[in-house]
Amino acid sequence: MTACLLSIEELSVGFHTPEGTARAVDRVSFSLDKGETLGVVGESGCGKSVTSLSILGLIPSPPGTIESGCIRFEGRNLLELDPEALRRLRGREISMIFQEPMTSLNPVIAIGRQVAEPLMVHHGLSRSAALAQAGEWLDRVKIPAARRRLEDYPHQLSGGMRQRVMIAMAMVCRPKLLIADEPTTALDVSIQAQILSLMLDLKNEMGMSLLLITHNLGVVAQTAARVVVMYAGQVVEEASVVDLFDRPFHPYTQGLLRSMPQLGARRSGGGKRLKEIPGIVPAITETIAGCRFAPRCRHAFDHCRAKAPDLFSVGVGQRARCWLKHFPERRRSDA
Amino acid sequence: MPEAPLLQVTGLVKHFPLGGGVLARPHAWVQAVSGVSFAVGRGESFGLVGESGCGKTTVGRMILRLIEPTDGRIEFDGQDILQLSRRQFAGLRRRMQIIFQDPYSSLDPRMTVEQIVTEPLRVDRRAGRRERSTIAVGLLDKVGLRAADLCKFPHEFSGGQRQRIGIARALCARPELIVADEPVSALDVSIQAQVINLLQDLQQEFGLSYIFISHDLSVVEHICSRIAVMYLGSIVELASAGSFSREPRHPYTVALLAAVPLPDPHRQSTAVPLEGDVPNPIDPPSGCPFHPRCRYVFNRCPVEKPPLVPAADGHLVACWLNDGRGVE
Repeated sequence: MTACLLSIEELSVGFHTPEGTARAVDRVSFSLDKGETLGVVGESGCGKSVTSLSILGLIPSPPGTIESGCIRFEGRNLLELDPEALRRLRGREISMIFQEPMTSLNPVIAIGRQVAEPLMVHHGLSRSAALAQAGEWLDRVKIPAARRRLEDYPHQLSGGMRQRVMIAMAMVCRPKLLIADEPTTALDVSIQAQILSLMLDLKNEMGMSLLLITHNLGVVAQTAARVVVMYAGQVVEEASVVDLFDRPFHPYTQGLLRSMPQLGARRSGGGKRLKEIPGIVPAITETIAGCRFAPRCRHAFDHCRAKAPDLFSVGVGQRARCWLKHFPERRRSDA
Repeated sequence: MPEAPLLQVTGLVKHFPLGGGVLARPHAWVQAVSGVSFAVGRGESFGLVGESGCGKTTVGRMILRLIEPTDGRIEFDGQDILQLSRRQFAGLRRRMQIIFQDPYSSLDPRMTVEQIVTEPLRVDRRAGRRERSTIAVGLLDKVGLRAADLCKFPHEFSGGQRQRIGIARALCARPELIVADEPVSALDVSIQAQVINLLQDLQQEFGLSYIFISHDLSVVEHICSRIAVMYLGSIVELASAGSFSREPRHPYTVALLAAVPLPDPHRQSTAVPLEGDVPNPIDPPSGCPFHPRCRYVFNRCPVEKPPLVPAADGHLVACWLNDGRGVE
């Protein structure tokens, strides 16, 4: 029996735009256990980053507002915390790593001080003690000659090295939850592999939970235990990583998995056509009566366009937002 | 390839100066591309893969003379394009086009779609306004956009649609060769598949040759028939798509393939990730450029740069292992 660390319940986030209120996140629910790695996948604009930013209270307001729902971290509702309490939480109990290692470090402060800062702020360490620990951490995230690089500035480091600094900064206070938003998207594959294995090693060593937000299904398959798939602001499927890749239920999940070229799949003949998902993601200001994926779905029928489906249980620990659960005869065979 | 290749690149070199100005001499040179040779056949898709800074984009741009090479030969349809004057080259340049990575910054925001896709015709003064309009409709239809989109501006389109506009623009001049520089890297997975399929359909219809530049090994393997792997300005391996991922011979290719996270939770990647960063191209390592990161390194590697030589049928590798045949 593992204990639940974070649970998001019916979270809705809206943004006021000249075109009307855009619901970037629509009644999203999922939870994360202690020590677990949960992957959140989806394409641009599906609401995965907004969901993660709202955990830390980082939604810019205005234009953003959290319309409803709650985010429980160890039982406390984070949405009800005052700014001071939230500030004490950020960086100490929940840390975050962003996609852009170039822009998320301060370019005019030496990296040693940036890594040491959370220790000084949260644990009241003296500057020299914090810097000493920062040096240890830079060493731990495998920055060569770490102690001598404390005085280096971000521009003196490569992209992979900067992401290592970000990781050190996120980990110094030994948080219980690490949120990584596309941590390897800006990096080359060989560096991506290094960063992922570093993150997983540290996570296992410290018994931390990891919320990994990515669009890369390969990264999810290799790191997460459970996966939440988001589409147009909603959770459309949730499953264990094995079920998701072996028995995807939602047509969107199936479409995503089929549309990827597989390395090594090519025989000597010409490449076959990829199975594409037709159409494009609806604009978030659009109001859609039925299922949001219906316009692109090859199984869609009248009911899908008229009434929005709920997240139905479709297996052990697997849920999907799709009417095919109740109308399995409507599923078309693979052509 | 029995017939003469459409494009033949021999010993291409590009050094970029660092610092320097009107009076000052540059204090260092970035060796972006150091001696790259390959050929692309008619109707072939040739892939250039490698990590950032390996020189793949520079090679693509030199073929179109968007960057002037420091040294080397580029023959397009039998003509040495580097010997041509700018004016002479302009006639040939129409037959080669480029598609860029970023669909946001590669379209002029103040031009309509019609102006963008027919600009090559306007430059050539080859067609009147009405005729251009008809051609534009035909092009949009080919890339899956509607005639109603003609008078819209780029900001009204999504990333995938913008990339379609960029493709229509490239097709307008009826090229024989298209250099596609990371054309799908900025797109979401589901849109990526649409654009890849479109590129393949167009290739069939118009008999196009592609030079497909990407860091995404699975995309390149899917589209291309032959693939060259670049590292620090040199091609280290050149293989058919069939043997590229199955029988990689260069230790770098092996490591690169092993680093790709497989979208299959049953196949955990067990390989040791490649250690360290790519060396600085201002001061590249002696001998084989990969030797400081190579797990098979031996005494010959830091001394002499291995040549790109055949290791098997149609499979070239630049590695001293096993008498120049690479990993076996």
